[in-house]
Amino acid sequence: MRKALQVAALENGTAIDHIPPQALFKVVSLLQLQQLNNRITIGNNLRSSKIGTKGIIKVADKFFEEDEINRIALVAPNVTLNIIKNYEVIEKKKVILPDEIIGIVKCNNPKCITNNEPMKTRFHIIDKEKVELQCHYCEIKIKKEEIIL
Amino acid sequence: MEILPMKPKSLVDINDYNKDDILRILNNAAKFKANPDRDFLKGKVCATLFFEPSTRTRLSFETAINRLQGRVIGFSDTATSSLTKGESLKDTIMIVSNYVDLIIMRHYLEGSARYASEISPVPIINAGDGSNQHPTQTLLDLFSIYETQGTLENLTITVVGDLKYGRAVHSLIEGLSYFNPTFNFVAPEELKIPEKYKTFCDQKGIRYKEFAEFSIEAINSADILYMTRVQRERFTDLMEYEKVKNVYVLHNDMLKNSKDNLKVLHPLPRVKEIDQDVDDNPKAYYFQQARNGMFTRQAVICDLMRIEVV
Ligand SMILES: [Zn+2]
Repeated sequence: MRKALQVAALENGTAIDHIPPQALFKVVSLLQLQQLNNRITIGNNLRSSKIGTKGIIKVADKFFEEDEINRIALVAPNVTLNIIKNYEVIEKKKVILPDEIIGIVKCNNPKCITNNEPMKTRFHIIDKEKVELQCHYCEIKIKKEEIIL
Repeated sequence: MEILPMKPKSLVDINDYNKDDILRILNNAAKFKANPDRDFLKGKVCATLFFEPSTRTRLSFETAINRLQGRVIGFSDTATSSLTKGESLKDTIMIVSNYVDLIIMRHYLEGSARYASEISPVPIINAGDGSNQHPTQTLLDLFSIYETQGTLENLTITVVGDLKYGRAVHSLIEGLSYFNPTFNFVAPEELKIPEKYKTFCDQKGIRYKEFAEFSIEAINSADILYMTRVQRERFTDLMEYEKVKNVYVLHNDMLKNSKDNLKVLHPLPRVKEIDQDVDDNPKAYYFQQARNGMFTRQAVICDLMRIEVV
């Protein structure tokens, strides 16, 4: 019982809720959680009244920057962010897809300069609803399901 | 104080130029055509960096520079250049931009010129980046149309051949989009115009018709007949290629009821898609079109170097 509580409760930090199970590990990598030393709790395939099953990620003592957290919208546009201070949710946020994504998505075109030169990729979001991207360099368009991180 | 609109620093993509930019270039190209030997680049050095060979394009650029009394350094393919062996594009651009006032580059990787323009302190002209962009080709096409028709507005352009992979055609559609064109797209099933360009036309209110056959109707309604190569290697079904290879060929007798003002253009090199018997028809304009490339490039170079063409 005590153990269960320890997992569930977060004194200070961020809880990312309602992650579609298939997107959970992509969210982990988008936020580069593997590089954090904070206490992190990850649950997946949990029951959800909203979306059937869901994933959840809790990161203690971490409050993400807007542009960091908005990356999630690439793979999970409907997540809920709970900002927790002193065991209380002080803010609930939605993620918003930015106009431009730098250095996260890989270009699908093998003849693109970004795949052949030590440089950051850059994509323009050309359709926020459908999550369609366009490479700033080679100009190819990438659909949501084709996104490679 | 009057704020002048910012001219683009580099030319990577035809969309870097708006309508005013395009018209300014075409008017200056006309000045160079009337008087090509000028001294606007005296004391300047330009680089032609051809990471992928393209003799025709390189000669056109280098002649443009020579006729302006500028000097040229560079290489014509990476096999003969030790500078680029194993070196990143960034390093090559950073080094060469120390020496010159402008860089003209052709590269097999798509997006290379955009990247170069972001890191280079001197202007970049994209002379082709893989199958992506080749904006001076578009400008010379536009100049040839402008010059022969006296306007770019309200023209009917019939484009024939490989409309799927044809970069020149795609950029021409974008470049003409400011001028209320009507397009006839003539292509075999396997090479028809991609959906995204039809969507582009729809968004811009541009009228177009598609033809699966090289019909006389598409020729006779045109002000410009823009021919392109139908290449064997583009076909997944070689039977299909065998079927169409002799169909998308222009012969002189097909022009007999065409409009008086019609001109036949082709980005060159041609293979078989324009029969030699068209060459002597005054409506054939592809060799003059290639020559126009030089004047258009003179105009682009001066524009990027902020040299006023008088
Ligand atoms: Zn790309």
